[in-house]
Amino acid sequence: MAENRPLASIEAVESGLAAQGYIASRQIATAVYLAQQIEKPILVEGPAGVGKTELAKAIAAWRGMKMIRLQCYEGLDEAKALYEWKYAKQLLYTQILKDKLGEVLGGAPTLEAALNQLHDFGDVFFSKEFVEPRPLLQALEQPAGCVLLIDEIDKSDAEFESLLLEILSDFQVTIPELGTVVAVAPPTVILTSNSERDLGDALKRRCLHLHIGFPEQKLEERIVESRVPGISQTLRRQMVSFIHEVRTLDLKKLPSVSETIDWARVLVLLQAPELGHEMVKDTLNVLLKYEADIEATMPQVSTFIAKASRQNVFG
Amino acid sequence: MRENLHRFFRAARGAGVRLSPAESIDAMRAVSKVGFTDRTILRDTFLLTLAKTQDEKKALGDCFDLFFDQPEPQSPPEEGKANEPDAQGSNATSDSPGDATGGDEQAEGLGSLAQMLLAQDRNQISAAIANAASAASLSDIRYFTQRGIFSGRILDQMGIQRLRDDLDNLAATNPALAERLTNALDGLRGTVRDTVSQALMLYGREEAENLRNEILRNAPLSRIEPRQVEQMRHLIRQIARRLRERYSKPRKRQRRGHLDVRRTIRRNAAWGGVPFLTAWKRRHRDKPKIVALCDVSGSVARVSDFFLLLIHSLHEVVDDVRSFAFSGHLIEVSDILESKSPEEAMADIMSNVGFGSSDYGNSFANFEDEWMSAITPQTTVIVLGDARSNNLDPRADILRRIAERSKRLVWLNPEGRMAWGWGDSEMPRYATFCTVVRQCATAKQLERAVSDIVASYQ
Repeated sequence: MAENRPLASIEAVESGLAAQGYIASRQIATAVYLAQQIEKPILVEGPAGVGKTELAKAIAAWRGMKMIRLQCYEGLDEAKALYEWKYAKQLLYTQILKDKLGEVLGGAPTLEAALNQLHDFGDVFFSKEFVEPRPLLQALEQPAGCVLLIDEIDKSDAEFESLLLEILSDFQVTIPELGTVVAVAPPTVILTSNSERDLGDALKRRCLHLHIGFPEQKLEERIVESRVPGISQTLRRQMVSFIHEVRTLDLKKLPSVSETIDWARVLVLLQAPELGHEMVKDTLNVLLKYEADIEATMPQVSTFIAKASRQNVFG
Repeated sequence: MRENLHRFFRAARGAGVRLSPAESIDAMRAVSKVGFTDRTILRDTFLLTLAKTQDEKKALGDCFDLFFDQPEPQSPPEEGKANEPDAQGSNATSDSPGDATGGDEQAEGLGSLAQMLLAQDRNQISAAIANAASAASLSDIRYFTQRGIFSGRILDQMGIQRLRDDLDNLAATNPALAERLTNALDGLRGTVRDTVSQALMLYGREEAENLRNEILRNAPLSRIEPRQVEQMRHLIRQIARRLRERYSKPRKRQRRGHLDVRRTIRRNAAWGGVPFLTAWKRRHRDKPKIVALCDVSGSVARVSDFFLLLIHSLHEVVDDVRSFAFSGHLIEVSDILESKSPEEAMADIMSNVGFGSSDYGNSFANFEDEWMSAITPQTTVIVLGDARSNNLDPRADILRRIAERSKRLVWLNPEGRMAWGWGDSEMPRYATFCTVVRQCATAKQLERAVSDIVASYQ
């Protein structure tokens, strides 16, 4: 009984995501399930366009939670990611309160007494009132929990990683003047990376490490099916098989899932009954983003189409 | 099962996956959630919680398959599990197996091992091997030299002593049975040997590799045998990766330093000095600049291969590296190193300038003519070579000018200090202009030298 329940739950993740149009492989579903069970962030790595960011969106939509996105870039720092003091507001209030100072200090006979009285008001300006929450702090403060997407963490500086460590392991953050803010409900954290630089071990150790590569043919067909409803089965199979052939070439940028979907949409729009030589040549620029890649693929198009249609017959 | 998990973690470490206790705890928590029933989910769970890179995922996946496919160290079949361990334990110590099991066989006066072998019950035998293996702590095996010891221990645990006595007795009374038993024993030895080999594959890989690497790190680069070259390359690449991990990160340290009071006040003059806008001091840091001159002549050909490999990785760690290679004359190789894979780049460089007889004077002159402007007061110049100039003019004056223009001049020499100055070695004359001169004959020395150079930029 206890053995069966978890299995059912991994399937629940699969079907839940599928309902949002995200066709997850077993490994992805397992990762999402485990992330819930042992409350760990997921670090998703893989080439661009295989659905790393989509995964976070799908989880948020499926579980009806808000998604908070932090896009990383070089130079991103605490003030932009976590919180900042509203300096202007603090200053404005100081100016306004200047007049009140006399009243506060009112009857203090000596300088020391006045100072003591001031001390009682000392922390006023460093209170919640004057904190401007940024995505990370916002995520901790969501009462109903949320999906926190930290996108392209590899684009940020190495120091920023260490800033994340506290949040990722304990779902809390320490603001020196205020103390520790603990998450109301632990957020589901998804970090994505294109492996532009190697991430630190400390960060990796806190996460489940999920690698999403290009999907297998069957899976990709299902993805296209769910994303581009109008497409015929023949065309779907042919185009996915064609793309798999293209991916075996040595290209600058291999077509990813998002490009597959784009191409499927284009083909549907052009009302293609099946993969045709001219049609492919005309729309190859949807699939490939570099002139050199297109040139490298051109001579192979006929062979690939032939292979794709052959597979359709037998497959 | 917990015992099994620990063994798997140890095997995973052996396969090169770096596992901290925290990770193994995570994995155990995760496993407790998914259960053991579904092999693929269990595999995915380990891959998710333990492996941190693609390479590790691959290694761990292979390790998982190997580990869970082998029947031996797994827990034995249910019926055996209940009574076998105690029986084995007492048997092993008293060295008189057989008392614990059924009465009718005892009448024959044979030990339990003999009966087991004669009965040819595969399950029972493999269960017994598994128990004996864990009693002999087979998972502690590290080196291939230990194979014999562990095989012996396992057979002892299983009661081979008693079996020998039985054989001696039977030889007289029942030769046919004795022969059957001997054959069965040979089979058993084979199985145990396989078990031990497999365990060595699972648990011993890391140690064996460490030992080999340690030997290799301290071996002179110029004496590496051809069969070791590939391993050496692998090792140098490991060194390069370690350097990269250690040094490539903090290069983009925060650019924002302390508050610049003067500029802040000036900027906020309009608000009566109330600092609405803040100005920060910018921290200036030296841009790392390295110029590497690498001798690829015949006398250092073996070593220069590794030098180039390391320079290649230097290009990945430090932004501004310019590399030059020379034997008779000197060319710039930065582009080749940057655009090509290490192997291609090295082949390319060697075919251009490699293997000639070295002419330091001419090469330095080439450098001065064309690239002297590459050197600024921030540059570290590294020369890799043996300073053997075939009795040609060493042109130490050019080296002096290079030293004067640069921040530091580091000379890494693959020859031992004893040889410097003997024969056509110009090392003592060059050394006077160098900031640092180091012997760099082994991978270990090479690593330390380059590490020091890169570290000075952090």
